Amino acid sequence: MPKVTMTVNGMAVSGEVEGRTLLSDFLRDDLGLTGTHVGCDTSQCGACVVHLDGAPVKACSVFALDAEGAKVTTIEGMANPDGSLGVIQKAFQDHHGLQCGFCTPGMVMSAAALLKENRKPTEAEIRAYLDGNICRCTGYHNIVKAVLAASGQDVSRIAAE
Amino acid sequence: MYAFEFARPRTIAEAVKALKRDEALALGGGQTLIPTLKNRLASPSVLVSLTGIAEMKGVCRTDDGMVAVGGGTPHAVVAREARKLYPALAALAGGIGDPAVRSRGTIGGSLANNDPAACYPAAVLASGATIVTNRRKIPADKFFRGMFSTALAEGEIIIEVRFPVPRKASYQKFRQPASRFALTGVFVARFDDGVRVAVTGASEGGVYRWKEAEKALTAAFRPSAVEGLKVSPKGMIGDLHGTPEYRANLVRVLTARAVAAA
Amino acid sequence: MPKDHGIGAPMTRREDVRFLMGRGTYTDDVNVQGQAHAVFLRSQVAHGRIGKIDTRAAAKMPGVLAIFTGEDFKDVGGNPAGWFIGSRDGTPMREPKRPVLAHGKVRHVGDAYAAVVAETYAQARDAAEAIVADIRELPAVVDMAEAVRNPKNRVHDELPDNVCFDWGWIEDNRAKVDAAIRAAPHVTTLHLVNNRLIPNAMEPRASIGEYNPGTGDYRLTTTSQNPHLTRLLVAAFVLGIPEHKLTVVAPDVGGGFGSKIYHYGEEALVLAAARRLGRPVKWTAERSESFLADAHGRDHVTKIELACEKDGTFIAIRTETLANVGAYLSNFSTVTPTFLHGTLMAGNYRVPNVYVNVKTVFTNTAPVDAYRGAGRPEATFSIERVIDVAARELGIDPIEIRRRNFITPDMFPYTTPVGLQYDTGNYGATMDRLVEIADIAGFEQRRAESARKGLLRGLGVNCYIEACGIAPSNLVGALGARVGLYDAATVRVNATGNLSIMTGAHSHGQGHETAFAQVVAERLGIPESSIEIVHGDTSKIPFGMGSYGSRSLAVCGSAIVRATDKIIAKAKKIAAHMMEAAPEDVEFRDGKFSVVGTDKSVDWGAVCLKAYVPHNFPHESLEPGLEETAFYDPANFTYPAGAYACEVEVDPGTGKVTIASFAAADDFGNIVNPLIVEGQVHGGLAQGIGQALTEGAVYDSSGQLLTASYMDYAMPRADDLPFFRVDHSCRTPCTHNPLGVKGCGEAGAIGSPPAVVNAVIDALHRGGYTHVRHIDMPLSPVRVWSAMQR
Repeated sequence: MPKVTMTVNGMAVSGEVEGRTLLSDFLRDDLGLTGTHVGCDTSQCGACVVHLDGAPVKACSVFALDAEGAKVTTIEGMANPDGSLGVIQKAFQDHHGLQCGFCTPGMVMSAAALLKENRKPTEAEIRAYLDGNICRCTGYHNIVKAVLAASGQDVSRIAAE
Repeated sequence: MYAFEFARPRTIAEAVKALKRDEALALGGGQTLIPTLKNRLASPSVLVSLTGIAEMKGVCRTDDGMVAVGGGTPHAVVAREARKLYPALAALAGGIGDPAVRSRGTIGGSLANNDPAACYPAAVLASGATIVTNRRKIPADKFFRGMFSTALAEGEIIIEVRFPVPRKASYQKFRQPASRFALTGVFVARFDDGVRVAVTGASEGGVYRWKEAEKALTAAFRPSAVEGLKVSPKGMIGDLHGTPEYRANLVRVLTARAVAAA
Repeated sequence: MPKDHGIGAPMTRREDVRFLMGRGTYTDDVNVQGQAHAVFLRSQVAHGRIGKIDTRAAAKMPGVLAIFTGEDFKDVGGNPAGWFIGSRDGTPMREPKRPVLAHGKVRHVGDAYAAVVAETYAQARDAAEAIVADIRELPAVVDMAEAVRNPKNRVHDELPDNVCFDWGWIEDNRAKVDAAIRAAPHVTTLHLVNNRLIPNAMEPRASIGEYNPGTGDYRLTTTSQNPHLTRLLVAAFVLGIPEHKLTVVAPDVGGGFGSKIYHYGEEALVLAAARRLGRPVKWTAERSESFLADAHGRDHVTKIELACEKDGTFIAIRTETLANVGAYLSNFSTVTPTFLHGTLMAGNYRVPNVYVNVKTVFTNTAPVDAYRGAGRPEATFSIERVIDVAARELGIDPIEIRRRNFITPDMFPYTTPVGLQYDTGNYGATMDRLVEIADIAGFEQRRAESARKGLLRGLGVNCYIEACGIAPSNLVGALGARVGLYDAATVRVNATGNLSIMTGAHSHGQGHETAFAQVVAERLGIPESSIEIVHGDTSKIPFGMGSYGSRSLAVCGSAIVRATDKIIAKAKKIAAHMMEAAPEDVEFRDGKFSVVGTDKSVDWGAVCLKAYVPHNFPHESLEPGLEETAFYDPANFTYPAGAYACEVEVDPGTGKVTIASFAAADDFGNIVNPLIVEGQVHGGLAQGIGQALTEGAVYDSSGQLLTASYMDYAMPRADDLPFFRVDHSCRTPCTHNPLGVKGCGEAGAIGSPPAVVNAVIDALHRGGYTHVRHIDMPLSPVRVWSAMQR
């Protein structure tokens, strides 16, 4: 089987994979990084979003061999170096931006990609950017609020009542 | 997925060679092909990924004033790099799928697939763009041959797409509520010598030019010029998300809105 | 300042840390040494007779370990319906066997008729394709009315027709209701479809079966909302495994919304395969399988009549409903369209005469069962839509007509004509609150602003009431439930004073680990950080009926309170012994035990330590240890209620509906964690708005599911929804549980669809499209635009 080498969350990794092995399979099955979730088979739900050379991608729609030599960041690489929650992760907790947690890794990765491109996104920009991440629990209210908060914007007026 | 061998050429020449193998299939960004493979609806023996070919990526202005987009350029890059060169094209690219899809999906992949609900075919046809392959240059008017069908021969790769830049242009997309593809999309491009209007998502024949609107808009480029036109539902797609009558209505409404927005 | 901990505090959730770090453990994240993989072969036709299934070629393929067909399970039990319903004529409901794998016939697209177990998933899938099955296609029964009309074409050959039961509620009242409607000065009649939905929890179902030949123990790790029920069903009904030899574990579960309440055949298969092979067997659904094989929701066709006086006073409601149960009876499928639907048909109103008729129908479609709200959204939609139409016909303001008919606070406890006794409520107060938070007064100005943009703005309002906190065993038992619906909890205090609480609830997003700890912390006066909530493992938890029906806090939380109270009683005895006082003289407050009228006290930690270091205990009267279990059976349902308002903008050119605003005023009784409650409402609203605008499962006439992926089934996305305005300041505490709580998980999904539809119809009427009386959900752009065309 062909060998693939890449950097995942700052660590050089390699493994033997099949041609059909998806990046999501490689992360989950070969590296044990099960934070990247697979929620659909049509490239729609976004639970598997990771960063590939800095850009958000759906790991279920990239072949592992196509990530040869790439830098990959997954949800497991998002905490602060001391192990505490990163700014976006903390905002999701503070604003109850997750319930069952299944879509959460993809949401956080998409939010991180957005904030890299756009440091102070509007509500509409956040909603548009999260178009490819489906959440069934939260109604997105607290996710959008968390992303606004993570970008340093005041969310006190988006009180629930 | 069925098993296949994976090839990742670094040059166009290597890719062309790899694609000569039996049952070889080219892989662009994979955002349509990978789900198809997962469903076991395709069984290539070798999948030739075009993502590692640097010479097929990027956006630039050519000496003759066109905007050239490499066939392997992801939508996100077009959205970013064409913003000043061809804003309506950049806006279209920035509205395809979602951010993660736009990181991977490429213009070449989209055009080669020619999904009847894809966005790019509308821009290419309305702009009168030229599709440059490893073998020839194909004018847009000769490229699209109906749903999922193009002028491309087996093993032929889209190297680049060259867009003449209109004076004004706009793409108006009405999204299918589930897939977010175009339920109907209309690209209006106003050139010095006339207006071109291309419609995607609506017709059973795939992307097409709405010549009647072109004529009316060439005479008077304002929304009211098309509001009185009749669009026949005959030949329009009918499915869960839109009847033929509904799509016919969208063609007219979106064209008028594109004119207003251009 | 809000409280920072205990009951009422908006504490952030402890479970979030593992989810946000990618350290959750969902079933598919679990890999067991030596596991093999199962793949199911599913019917591609809706209805067909199974002839020979040739597995010879498949069995020889690389990696294949075993192949199962319906033959392998023909002598084991079936997956039963959990609730018996009788027909109007006194005959029992029809209960065809639901086998592990289809036998004799396949009855819906996606019906599994074979399974392959192989070393790898890919090998199993390759082999599944090599199985040659002779399936002779039969005409599909898809449309419910046709299924009833034409009994010759039957989903189950052994039944005389396709009707499961024909239920009347309350049958004895029928003549009286008929007479009231005949005599009424005004009757509004509406034909409604409550669209079929696909739950789509983001985590697809998955199961791992294990068998230890050395001990005979089975273990099932599975995506379940109630592992104990699954254990009971698998053990006692399906496979005949001794219940004590089966452990069911539901680890982190990525949403359920009802679809993971039920036991499914895949769970039995992986256990049976593990037994046969002596090694673990894992199956994970692909999303495409979820669409075809998870239990769907709703799917009612209803005629509703509302009889009123000319001043809008309600006289009678009568409904006739066809409810789809799909091809087989799923566990809760018979109670959902009956006792969770018909008993709510009086809504929040004084309506003296109500009669509900429901015929449940077998069709060649996926089983239909409880989905968030389960029966109550269908009831609410029918009532609140017909009220809106009646208000328009009578020229009465839609808020006013509701107010005129509300059950008023002085009338509680209030017995409805459909068999429930509402314990408490204040519907006028929630409506007042709604009018305020939705800024109803400012609507006209907003409408004018929308009009300037060329958009039609409309306002829709409705109320809802639900019965949740499922449920009192004596009541449900009398109504046909085959199980009790109490719950259990064990509180285990360790020697060092911290606690493990074992609860029968299962958290798959609801935040029990945080909220339940707040309840106990408040009760004991100790910090939440010293309390661990343990759930989802039958080997650790005494018993439980799981989480659904907005029951976790009201029922399971009450069990925790009862067990905690037993702990306090026992700890008082220990403290009394320590302080050489009588137990009745010991008072417990803020984590401290003291002897009334003295300065003697011992703290919580000292008592806990003493419990496990019982030197000089009088062992005849005082046992060592500090652990208590309680079973709690509620006295009644709880009755959350509220009022919702939606504003929409309709684009007349495209028919596209945009939710401009949505406000929800709910009465949930007491609130333990407002942050979590708000989140539950938000999520419910999104699902209700999804039902109203985007979602709908559609089968074609041959029984093929047209909405079989996210490419065609429109899930609400972030840009389909606004920020919501939610309020739960109206609180009439539940009168019969120790926390005074009512449940909040389903309210949003129950209360929101009629508000959206009412708003769209309002927008069209205000825009001059007065011929549009009703549009069936989902109100997709094409449907709205088509309705607008004359």
